[in-house]
Amino acid sequence: MFSSSGPFAWFKWQALFADWQIFAQGFGYTLFVAISGLALALVIGIIIGISSSSYVKPLKLIARGYVEFFQNTPLLIQVFFLYNGLPFVGIVLSVTVIGIIGVGMYHGAYIAEVVRSGIGSIAKGQMEAAYSQGFTYWQAMTYIILPQAKTVILPPLTMQAVNLIKNTSVLAVISGADIMFTAKSWSSYNVYYGPAYVVAGLLYFILCFPLANLAKRLEDKANAMPTEAKNKKGPGMTTQDLTVGSS
Amino acid sequence: MKELFTMTNVRFIFAGLKTTLYISVVSILLSTLFGTILGVLRSLTSGIFKLAAAVYIEVVRNIPNLLWIYVVFVVFKLKSIEAGVVSFTIFTSAALGEIVRGGLNSVGVGQWEAARSQGFSNIQVLQYVILPQALRNMIPAIVSQFVTVIKDTSFLWSVVAIQELTGKVTILMGRYYQVSQVFVLYLILALVYFVINYVISHFSRKLQEKLTY
Repeated sequence: MFSSSGPFAWFKWQALFADWQIFAQGFGYTLFVAISGLALALVIGIIIGISSSSYVKPLKLIARGYVEFFQNTPLLIQVFFLYNGLPFVGIVLSVTVIGIIGVGMYHGAYIAEVVRSGIGSIAKGQMEAAYSQGFTYWQAMTYIILPQAKTVILPPLTMQAVNLIKNTSVLAVISGADIMFTAKSWSSYNVYYGPAYVVAGLLYFILCFPLANLAKRLEDKANAMPTEAKNKKGPGMTTQDLTVGSS
Repeated sequence: MKELFTMTNVRFIFAGLKTTLYISVVSILLSTLFGTILGVLRSLTSGIFKLAAAVYIEVVRNIPNLLWIYVVFVVFKLKSIEAGVVSFTIFTSAALGEIVRGGLNSVGVGQWEAARSQGFSNIQVLQYVILPQALRNMIPAIVSQFVTVIKDTSFLWSVVAIQELTGKVTILMGRYYQVSQVFVLYLILALVYFVINYVISHFSRKLQEKLTY
């Protein structure tokens, strides 16, 4: 395998290290799309998540529709629609913008569910108490409910950040200059696939592993909460319910 | 619009759907088996098996599924529907392994001790006390992972031109050039995935409610 003709031959590694800047650029690009996408996903997730917990019927319906649509259809098709579909009606977006909107809207739906479950974990009495003190709905949300829901929300939210980073790799399919595409195009040009994919994997791993670990530690902390705090959660619910594996 | 819904086109899309479902179902079954083994091994107190399971789970799940698809198809040059199954099983086993570990972890140690003190054997504790509770806690995450497999099989067309659902509909899109036709095809494509995944998610919520007592 590592022999002079194998897929992981030493001279192939040397070729890769000589071009390290190309991979560094791909890494930077993935990081940029991931951070911008996460910012968008957070905004969408909080708005849609609070809307699905609201008692205003039309608002709730729209929020539910958004979540169900984006969670139950492939990200790739959403991205294809932005990339191949929209130009039919004269809307041409850059690949970077498509990446940010794509992962932002997709993971916005997942984060909305995390936020909704977090809000659901706080006892109803808290909201009523806040109302009785003259808080408006949004004030009560911002100052009373969300700060308390934080413990329940944070572990699955961190996991969503990990999944978002991994899903930026969808850009490789529409030639997006990210880590995945860099590995693919660099190695299709010189057929040194072995080292290219190992390095690409490593770059994703150093982004995702620390975050996934953090999520696990936050979850252990949340699970170790005193029973009284635990009882505030919905029936039979643990943070595990919210920690969606890998979407 | 009529020209879109010919018998030939419907059959064409249906063949793609069959490939999508075949790859998804076989990958899900294999991954559930391997994922359960990995999750249980990782829950052991110590030993080489625990370490091996932990390394596999962490390395594989922290790298995108798409990269594993490329590894199978490009690095190992396997190009078939079976290779598609392999690439999804590699990733999904790790993801499910982590979910199983978390699920077993969510049932307190006290439960184990209490059941043992009542004279249950180790197997009985697992069967009657731990697994029913762990399973109930795991269902949402497991089903979400199944849905992810079905959605991610859409990568197979772009990577290796396997004509699954997305592939078939994309081929059809190439034959029609009116905006309305292409948009309707996108809608059909999204709708087929939506119906399958929505039904699965809905069923899982019902199942979880039934298991909550």
